[in-house]
Amino acid sequence: MYDYEMDGASSLVRPYAVTGGRTRPRYELALESLVFSERGRDGVPLTPECQAILGLCKVWRSVAEVSALTRMPLGVARVLIADLLHEGLVQVQQPQGGPDGRPDLALMERVLSGLRGL
Amino acid sequence: MVSAAFDPAVPSRARRPSSAKIVVGGGFGAGKTTFVGAVSEIEPLTTEAVLTEASRRVDDLSRVPGKRTTTVAMDFGRVTLEGDLMLYLFGTPGQARFWFMWDDLVRGAVGAVVLVDTRRLEDAFPVVDYFEDSGVPFLVAVNGWNGEFPYLPEDIRDALTLREEVPILNVDARDRASAKATLIAVAEHAIRLRAAETARGGQR
Repeated sequence: MYDYEMDGASSLVRPYAVTGGRTRPRYELALESLVFSERGRDGVPLTPECQAILGLCKVWRSVAEVSALTRMPLGVARVLIADLLHEGLVQVQQPQGGPDGRPDLALMERVLSGLRGL
Repeated sequence: MVSAAFDPAVPSRARRPSSAKIVVGGGFGAGKTTFVGAVSEIEPLTTEAVLTEASRRVDDLSRVPGKRTTTVAMDFGRVTLEGDLMLYLFGTPGQARFWFMWDDLVRGAVGAVVLVDTRRLEDAFPVVDYFEDSGVPFLVAVNGWNGEFPYLPEDIRDALTLREEVPILNVDARDRASAKATLIAVAEHAIRLRAAETARGGQR
């Protein structure tokens, strides 16, 4: 039998083991959504992955940063952050956009003036 | 009474920052990560997405233990702008076979830069096509390695069959000021397009 592992591909289950196999987060989270936690571990039993996320998010960090800094695949980080949000353990700031998902004009103007001020 | 004025020792939990993103696209080796690194306040980070080869819509992986995966890497950086606005710069994956990953990247983006290496102009074709289809405002930045720009902007426009409205500018992806000027041009272009759309009273 051909061994796929030798081909550089791995089981899909492994990276998602920490989510119990779930690939779809409870809430949609943009790559640039910001996550913050003022909670310590204070008695809540959490997996090491979730503890790592709470530890990182003592300052506001994007979903992409959480994924990169914890070395978790993006999809895994999204599921766990959404779980933590559901549990009230993190705050999430979604990007400001219109109903069509595009950024609003005010945000674009803030980006422009911010870049000019760099 | 103690003043409630800003105290840097107190964590800023009350001040909720906001975020935005600009996408940096281009062919393999066009200078995307170099560009991101030139303006980013952090060393560019890499986030990885795991893709199934068989299906993108799998809700419960415990039922499909045999599925194989591929990993796609995206580099990104961050610039904190005034008013607690975090601007993220996302480089697109270089390989064209990961197009669907791009949808996640461009959703909600202010705009996009398409970096062009004039030695491999054809690498920019699919990238330009993608952004044209996506409706995300984009401009073309010609990355002149060693400060050399062998083509006129109009030659680039013809070669890439770019619409009149798409700005073309030269950039040195290694240079912070040059990269910053490119990002400013993206934001200006996006605002101009939105204003024109509003003036027409319609959608894009």
